[in-house]
Amino acid sequence: MTRAELIRTVELRFAAHGRTGDKGNRSNISVIAWDPALYPLLVEQLTEDAVARAFAARRPTHVTRHLLPKLQAMNFVLDDVLDGGVNDALNLDSHGKALSFVVLAMPLEVPQHLLHLLRGPITDHNDTMETNR
Amino acid sequence: MASVSATVPATASTALLVGCAAGFSGDRTDAARPVVDTLIRLGGPAVLIFETLAERTLALAQLARQRDPEAGFEPLLDEMLRPVLADCLAHGIPIVGNFGAANPPAAARRVQAIAAELGLRRPIVAVVGGDALASREQRALLTQTLAREGQALAEDTIACANVYLGAEGIADALRQGADVVVTGRVADPSLTVGPALAHFGWASDDWDRLAGATMAGHLLECGAQVCGGYYADPGFKDVPDLATVGFPIARIEVDGSCTVFKADGTGGCVDEHTVKEQLLYELHDPAAYLTPDVVADIGEAEVRRVGPDEVRLSGVRGHARPAALKANVFFSNGWLAEGEISYAGPGAEARARLAAEVLRARLGGQDRQGPLRVDLIGVASVLGDDAGDALAILPMGDARDVRLRVAANHVDRAGAERLTREVTALYTCGPAGGGGVRTSVRPRLGLRSCLFPRELATATVTLS
Repeated sequence: MTRAELIRTVELRFAAHGRTGDKGNRSNISVIAWDPALYPLLVEQLTEDAVARAFAARRPTHVTRHLLPKLQAMNFVLDDVLDGGVNDALNLDSHGKALSFVVLAMPLEVPQHLLHLLRGPITDHNDTMETNR
Repeated sequence: MASVSATVPATASTALLVGCAAGFSGDRTDAARPVVDTLIRLGGPAVLIFETLAERTLALAQLARQRDPEAGFEPLLDEMLRPVLADCLAHGIPIVGNFGAANPPAAARRVQAIAAELGLRRPIVAVVGGDALASREQRALLTQTLAREGQALAEDTIACANVYLGAEGIADALRQGADVVVTGRVADPSLTVGPALAHFGWASDDWDRLAGATMAGHLLECGAQVCGGYYADPGFKDVPDLATVGFPIARIEVDGSCTVFKADGTGGCVDEHTVKEQLLYELHDPAAYLTPDVVADIGEAEVRRVGPDEVRLSGVRGHARPAALKANVFFSNGWLAEGEISYAGPGAEARARLAAEVLRARLGGQDRQGPLRVDLIGVASVLGDDAGDALAILPMGDARDVRLRVAANHVDRAGAERLTREVTALYTCGPAGGGGVRTSVRPRLGLRSCLFPRELATATVTLS
């Protein structure tokens, strides 16, 4: 708040992991922080609206976010994104198994002091954007 | 916590080991051996479960049974059971599986035959039935319920209808001494809750403990998925020895909490992250995971690593089970046609896009139900949409190894075959250099789900 801190924007997969499940025409996508200190960033930035925008092409009729602070996790439930679901969809991936990676590709702003908690092969994040705020 | 009713059998306080050797129909058939070896080494009360019944699997099994009265159960039953049946019988490790699918009695006969072929003692095999809604009264109620909910179905199109039964039938079978329990549709976690009920003698309204066992079952029910299967993402989530990934075992305590680990000498890993990922798999509201046995609530649950490849789950809470059961109704729903053709080298993407335009023009909209789906595999496919919007807004690129895929639903087989013929005709009447045509035409099964009264679909247990 008081001091400007360097912020880097990374793909969510550096800060969290997740898995997709399906029931009928409804998909659920978990997002689990790699470290408890990263969880508040997810809560702040990974909103229902942000996830709905990421799935605009699949036209979700409703996106619900359930928070699990004790597990440093959240669960998104997306209604009507599976083109009818496993029995009706024409999509090769009729379960929508790949959809967690749409969420894991979303941008996340991470302040400098938390960068050391990120996972993944790139440590300097030199392909990411830097901003001061 | 609810008190234990005086009518239940003697309770046990020793932990129960539940090993899982299959997470779906078609899972790896060498999974069971290391799991059983580990259960034997650890000693004490243990059960081996097989979960082989996804939503669709049962409908496909029902179609197989219509063609052959002795078919309709898990096709890999022999491969799954043969390696471990002798040791399970010798060490008193009951086997519980929903591998009965649409024909549990036939699966039970097959289990007896396998035992005889292996020269084993005759096992006590229990069949848990009652999930199939086949009587005239049940079907009438189903069609009325669906119609009332705006999902009307003609009764002659129904391929099969089943409720998700709970743990009670399995528990009864085990209390009666079954060596092998064969079920059709039961809720996946009930494969674990049943043995826990029989072992600990919990009351059927001991919600917190039932919920704990339910989530233990949920961690087990997808097999390797909690042990590093379906988890690896190189550079981010590295899994040791994925090729030999192990299957899980849960040590369930008398309070319903559990510790999950994997079979001896197997690859993979069990850590807080693999467990959390599986814990949330296919959950909607984490405070209300609905099963026939209990409503489980993981809102306050804790996941903690307690040793190498060993994670404890505690703090799961339970609420009273739902008043009604969930029923799935599968029905004949036309024909799915798919066709693919590859384009490679310079201009491949442009040629594949042209081929899609040509198919649209030749096929028009006749015979079809809904859209003609177009994928350019290598450019935009599984993340695309049926309407083709994602592909349309994507500027023409220079992808040089592209596979065009088209798919559509049709009312009848003839329409579906017209699509596949047009894909094949791209060989001589389409853009240059197309190759590797593959086509398929399959009958489609639609699914409707609704609630069904418990009292009209009770589990039956038959021992042989």
